[in-house]
Amino acid sequence: MNERNKIIGKIDWLTVLIYLALVMVGWFSIFSAKYDEMHPNIFDLSQVYGKQLIWIGASLLAGFVVLLIDAKFFNVFSLWVYVVVLVALFFVLVYGKATKGAVSWIDLGAGVKFQPSEFAKMATALALAGYLDRLDVDLGKLKNRLAVYAIVLTPMALVLLQNDTGSALVFVSFVFVFYREGLPGAGLVMLAGAVAALLFVLTLVWSQKVMYIVLGSLMALTLLFQILFTKRRHILSAVAVFVVMFGFVFSVDYAFDNILQEHQRNRILVLLGQLDDPKGVGYNVHQSKIAIGSGGLQGKGFLQGTQTKFDFVPEQHTDFIFCTVGEEGGFKGTAAVVLLYMALLIRLVALAERQRSTFSRVYGYGIAGIIFVHFAINIGMTIGVVPVIGIPLPFLSYGGSSMLAFSIMLAIFVKQDANRLNIL
Amino acid sequence: MAIYIAVGVVFLFRLFSLQVVDKKYKALADNNALRYVTQYPARGKVYDRNGELLVFNEAVYDLMVVPRQTVVKDTLSPLYPFDTLGFCQLLDIDKASFVERMQKAKKESYVKPSAFMTQVPKEDYAHIAEVLYRFPGFFFQTRTVRHYPQVIAAHTLGDIGEVSKGEMERDEYYKMGDYIGKSGIEKSYEKELRGEKGLKVVMVDVHNREMGSFDNGSLDRDPVAGKDIYLGMDATLQAYGERLMRNKVGSIVAIEPATGQILAFVSSPTYDPNLLVGRERGKHFQELMKDPMKPLINRAVSGSYPPGSTFKTVVGLIAMQSGSITPATCFHCSGLGSMPIKCTHSHGSSPNFANAIMNSCNPYFYESFKATINNPKFGGVKKGYEYWKEMTMKLGFGQKFGTDIPSELGGNIPSREYYDKMYGGQWNAVTIRSLGIGQGEVLATPLQLANIAATIANEGYYYPPHLIKAFGDGTPLPEVMTTKMETGIEQRHFKVMKAGLRTVFNGPAGTARRYEMNDIAQCGKTGTAQNPHGNNHSLFIAFAPAEDPKIAIAVIVENSGYGATWAAPIASLMIEKYIRGHVERPELEKRMMEGVVIYKKER
Repeated sequence: MNERNKIIGKIDWLTVLIYLALVMVGWFSIFSAKYDEMHPNIFDLSQVYGKQLIWIGASLLAGFVVLLIDAKFFNVFSLWVYVVVLVALFFVLVYGKATKGAVSWIDLGAGVKFQPSEFAKMATALALAGYLDRLDVDLGKLKNRLAVYAIVLTPMALVLLQNDTGSALVFVSFVFVFYREGLPGAGLVMLAGAVAALLFVLTLVWSQKVMYIVLGSLMALTLLFQILFTKRRHILSAVAVFVVMFGFVFSVDYAFDNILQEHQRNRILVLLGQLDDPKGVGYNVHQSKIAIGSGGLQGKGFLQGTQTKFDFVPEQHTDFIFCTVGEEGGFKGTAAVVLLYMALLIRLVALAERQRSTFSRVYGYGIAGIIFVHFAINIGMTIGVVPVIGIPLPFLSYGGSSMLAFSIMLAIFVKQDANRLNIL
Repeated sequence: MAIYIAVGVVFLFRLFSLQVVDKKYKALADNNALRYVTQYPARGKVYDRNGELLVFNEAVYDLMVVPRQTVVKDTLSPLYPFDTLGFCQLLDIDKASFVERMQKAKKESYVKPSAFMTQVPKEDYAHIAEVLYRFPGFFFQTRTVRHYPQVIAAHTLGDIGEVSKGEMERDEYYKMGDYIGKSGIEKSYEKELRGEKGLKVVMVDVHNREMGSFDNGSLDRDPVAGKDIYLGMDATLQAYGERLMRNKVGSIVAIEPATGQILAFVSSPTYDPNLLVGRERGKHFQELMKDPMKPLINRAVSGSYPPGSTFKTVVGLIAMQSGSITPATCFHCSGLGSMPIKCTHSHGSSPNFANAIMNSCNPYFYESFKATINNPKFGGVKKGYEYWKEMTMKLGFGQKFGTDIPSELGGNIPSREYYDKMYGGQWNAVTIRSLGIGQGEVLATPLQLANIAATIANEGYYYPPHLIKAFGDGTPLPEVMTTKMETGIEQRHFKVMKAGLRTVFNGPAGTARRYEMNDIAQCGKTGTAQNPHGNNHSLFIAFAPAEDPKIAIAVIVENSGYGATWAAPIASLMIEKYIRGHVERPELEKRMMEGVVIYKKER
């Protein structure tokens, strides 16, 4: 009894409250999105909102159990959790069920399906934290660096093989961890990534020819500047950087046409305004923007959305749940949700920084990154600033695996944080 | 951490501009419900070979309902609560019917329109539409039904009806209340005739008034009209054939030999195709179903008849091709005393093939059949029979043509295995002798009989008979209809056959000599088929003119006796009507039209 009281007193209630607020917003939004006057009871277990309630209950229970488990357990068993999830991912590849083009489900029977990729993110964060926590690991050593890459890239590759590009993309979030832990080049990788994304977009918008001219002029200017105004000239490295950029631009068209799949190409072109087809491939985003945009400042009120009631927005209760928030809650609602996420992320980073053990810190940064990527891609997609990539909005979207995985993931960190003072 | 905040702030700005600054989206959705109105395309029209209109569309009105919109929650609204009683009075239905229709619509979709009442008559439409604004969730949708200006060719044209559950499951194109071809060419050319549905999304305010199209019609899709179809049928000839067959049971099939197009496709008794249109369709359909004369059956393709003596053409051709007989072969005939098949015609032994055809000599063709399957070159009667069956099928028997004629049957040419089983392997030419004269197990449809006439007219080949002549937009016809089918029998044998068939009309003992015309050279063959249903069927196959055949025809009049009594004169009149455009034998015409040959079945 004493022990439990201690835990309740020590856990970070702010995080828990934000979590509960998001979960409630999600549940009511799902109810509203799927509302059907023939089934007006939010507790109706035959409807998706009733099912979501079951998942919320299961998640709270799982979170509570996690809080009761000894904090060291997760460090000790992190590798085993990771291995189990890898096996599950592999199993899905062989026996999985295809849903909307992605093979990512295991059918557990009795209508329950399970999506290991949702748990893979958490397991990877655990494994990474567990590995970096080892005393003999030093990121200055090549061997250790390779091991770190392997930990992240293996599940990412398996998820990618399931054709679930969105979930695979989430693993990129571990670059934040690398940056914080001082992995050499992590900052450079982020910068290069940003430049590459910029070049990619500009090439598609302006065409390769224009980009050659732009890059050429930029290179000339840079060299000129160096020759005229600097003493320490890095002409060779500057040229090398530009050559790489030229090569990148050169390969964009090829990669775009041959590596990306057609729906991915179309989604990118719609986002960039290169393809205007509100009835076809741009349909989701167009409808999603109408739904959110029509909410106005105040919103139309709970259950009063018109766009959502006509099944305009596909995947309304899963990937596009934010539309319901936008239409019925208006800017007040969307701002509240965005602020809740920002508060959660900032709080998680702050908590991570106050950890004494490498394990807790790395894990904290890891899950903050995961939640952030989900948040950025999902909301960005619904408001048309990111191409359509089907990943759920944490704690809000309908879906048992996602709800359970995110809840357990968060609970583990809350437990670590509550236990921080016990670590010497 | 900075990037987290940056992205969050970017989102906030973007959301602010999307939701508060930009009024465009608000206007698109505010306070409006959307209504999806299906735009039905005009179904393709059907013409005959000369461009005469056979089927066109007439506007009707379907009353649609969106169940969700009928629920008025605003107690201050003048439309609250929904006036069920007034609505029932308006439509002249009772409350139970209202509830039932509503349940059905809700089951279909709660938020999308479903048909509440289909094909509201034009007279009712006007006064209902006037006050419909009082009943939220209801609106009219215009669509068209088929109309048949000429009351002919019901079996060929077919009908359309509401899609069944199974049809909706098989093809997602169809929604509840949609129409689909149920029989005839409406069925076989459903995809071409129907066109593509369009969609109009309109905004509707809380008072059930249309407020214009949604998002400037960006989601709207124009309907694509169905293709028109030109049939090979000659409407005048078809109408004439139906008049000749009145008060008789049977069928007429006329084919243009050069193309395989069907010129006339009569099945008697027939019915008015307009009966199967509109709200009474179900009732009329039930009545026609119950009619003991079975008018809904298309006897031209769904009737299987023993071909009788008309089949002697097939037996003779195969016998000549296999070298088992020559045009000069003579077989002995003892008339009624012939064994094992007696001859129903009293004549001397036929000195040659043409004479045997003219006299329709049973022993001659039994001997020819026997000579064929016993021909030593096949090495045994069973091998010989297999050859015979193969050749018969090449002539179009024992299988479907598989073109565009629905509910087509393939007739029957028994297999060797069938006889092996039937007779325990012990059988020979004598056992299956009735095949030689078109009796026994052999069954053919009138279409197959018309086709053999066309094949002889063409002297060796045919095009699979089909109803269509062309699509209105010039789409080429399916290959199956334009593929020349070779029979594997040399032309010289057909020439002999043709000469024989000519003597049926102009020979001194020709079975159809009474119907010879001076200026149109007809060739034909009578048939009088024994059958288990009563009196003999009267059959006749023919084509004309002999040297440049324009029409090949088969006529069957059930249970009416000799081929020469009914089928032959009807065929001859059809030929005259088609080639001359009018008939110069008024007495014969009158006798045929007024003749009543309905054999009462004893059951």
